[in-house]
Amino acid sequence: MRYIDEYRDPKIAQALVDQIHAKVTRPWVLMEICGGQTHTLMRYGIDELIAPQVELVHGPGCPVCVTPIEIVDKAVEIASRPDVTFVSYGDMLRVPGTKSDLFRVKAQGGDVRIAYSPMEAVKIARANPTRKVVFFGIGFETTAPANAMAVWKARELGLTNFSELVSHVLVPPAIRLLLNSPDNRVQGFIAPGHVCTVMGYWEYQALVDEYHVPIVVGGFEPVDLLEAISMLVAQLEEGRADMENQYARTVNYQGNQPAQDIIEKVFEVADRKWRGIGRIPMSGLRLRPEFAAFDAEKIYGVEALEAEEPAECISALVLQGLKKPVDCPAFATRCTPEQPLGAPMVSAEGACSAYYQYRRHTTSLVCIA
Amino acid sequence: MSTLTLSCPVPVTTRDHVSLGHGSGGKLSAELMRDVFLPAFRNSTLERMEDQAVFAVNNGRMAFTTDSFVVKPLFFPGGDIGSLAVHGTVNDLAMGGAKPLFLSTAFIIEEGFSMEKLRRIVDSLGRAAKDCGVQIVTGDTKVVDKGSGDGVFINTTGLGVVTEGVYLSAGEARPGDAVLVSGSIGEHGIAILAEREGLEFDSPVESDSAPLHKLVADMLETTHAIRCLRDPTRGGVSSSLNEIAAQSQVGIMLDEPSILIREEVRGACEMLGLDPLYVANEGKLLAIVDAKVADELVAVMRRNPLGRDARRIGTVSGMDAGWVTMRTVLGTTRIVDMLAGDQLPRIC
Repeated sequence: MRYIDEYRDPKIAQALVDQIHAKVTRPWVLMEICGGQTHTLMRYGIDELIAPQVELVHGPGCPVCVTPIEIVDKAVEIASRPDVTFVSYGDMLRVPGTKSDLFRVKAQGGDVRIAYSPMEAVKIARANPTRKVVFFGIGFETTAPANAMAVWKARELGLTNFSELVSHVLVPPAIRLLLNSPDNRVQGFIAPGHVCTVMGYWEYQALVDEYHVPIVVGGFEPVDLLEAISMLVAQLEEGRADMENQYARTVNYQGNQPAQDIIEKVFEVADRKWRGIGRIPMSGLRLRPEFAAFDAEKIYGVEALEAEEPAECISALVLQGLKKPVDCPAFATRCTPEQPLGAPMVSAEGACSAYYQYRRHTTSLVCIA
Repeated sequence: MSTLTLSCPVPVTTRDHVSLGHGSGGKLSAELMRDVFLPAFRNSTLERMEDQAVFAVNNGRMAFTTDSFVVKPLFFPGGDIGSLAVHGTVNDLAMGGAKPLFLSTAFIIEEGFSMEKLRRIVDSLGRAAKDCGVQIVTGDTKVVDKGSGDGVFINTTGLGVVTEGVYLSAGEARPGDAVLVSGSIGEHGIAILAEREGLEFDSPVESDSAPLHKLVADMLETTHAIRCLRDPTRGGVSSSLNEIAAQSQVGIMLDEPSILIREEVRGACEMLGLDPLYVANEGKLLAIVDAKVADELVAVMRRNPLGRDARRIGTVSGMDAGWVTMRTVLGTTRIVDMLAGDQLPRIC
């Protein structure tokens, strides 16, 4: 398949692995931000190819994983209402709240539907004026333009039965938090290609300058990631800290201006709680006050709902790159995709799920043997 | 004010209600079978957990199977619920090495359903049965209140005769055996999804729905060194191979580059964040065979139009018992796990 096969080519991949091994003289710790990148690294075993000199730790960039547990509880509460049709991206349905998840709400008769785009929810609202349609507007900057557009469109259409439960988060404040942490081990970052497609990478330049840390915007295919790793290793070995763009076939410095405009029109930057990490100042998006009529939290009175996360889950440490999923005593025993204790085990993009799905045997079988 | 605060972990389970995942063919389905159905029905034939029951009668053995069809949409590129209801049951018989003979059909129809559509479905079902050389010899019809069903559900039950000397079972795979597949994978699932979601392709993906009993007959005429046949329907290639690995207590190592996936299916999977190894097929079979006959069998399969892209995709090993693994295009190894429930489309 054009534009995919080239980036999975074993010969090109091997050449990049050789290049990395040739350059590296000492151990380096790198972090890929995005869960999609974690997924590719695990699926293709790229971390094994570049070990032991280069260690990869997995960042907080899985939107499902960092959505705080009370937002899931709020979703469950709203979706359980008989007058509500609750529409969500698919992988949010299995995420456990404190006492239920959206799949269970659906099994108990709730009208919960999976959509690929928030515009489908707008369509449902138009076609069913007697139903109250709520879209679960979560994710990073990647999904923000579409989620913003749905609200914009709903207002344009004069819909009074459409709202969004919004819990958007932003990447740069999370990187800043990691860099400010006294425990930080990360020496270079692979910035998330999809987020940068929307936002450009001008925001990351400031982090590079301030913290003198190399950042490379990376894609999602094996060759993309190996190339980004190679670029980071080169910078580190040469003592440089630059902002570079490996994913230039999609990402430019400025990003997608119309997409940024619609985000700006509908959302404003706000403090957000991250699952496993806690509150990060100015790290997310919420609806602007002029769109309050589309704010599901306000409409359904769930703003004040709070919840505690399961104590056993070490996702906070995993999402900050301080622990690997296999370091968790509950991994693959008390915490599995069927019975997840925390969100990183639920989403296909979550670090724990990626290890469980692709790597379990290298740990568990060795133990048995 | 906090209205919902719990201080200790309360694992969420889907165990107190039936969820869609219980029908996915993945781990939840297996759990439902193990915890609810098997204890109530326990007997040695059922416990073999094959796609069909094979039992001795006077002068031979018979295969017996049943399947229900709840596909949405009812009509899709490459077939409809009627033809699928024949192919699914015929294939379950064929995977036991049986020649399919008789089918029953039971229709559960929702009040208000279009008579014209019902006729189209019934005609298609009748035609498919005729093409397969099986007769529909008994049936049942129920109509439920509007809202109690979803258009039409069909159950078909099939009876067939197993050729003498043929013993196929998911528990028969042995280290050294070859894993064959009769063609490209993932087409049925993607055709259904594309129709349901209104996805458009340059050349549309059609369901591979087809009866495989003649392909199986060709294979069994060539050799009896076939250990196991499975049609990788819901849950896809991954679920079928995981079942075989578990029941035979062997490891199965797949070779990623040798698995054939059509461009459109790959494209749709990339776009939707799905893994084609978990996407349903309705006209493909997996065969675990003695490695010595693998090449010959592939050649025989390729002479049948339904096996024209047949190929070897893996090897059974004595290591990693119970696990399916895959050598990736980069030469690394990963697990091909059985999913808990259905694959969920990713956010981005």
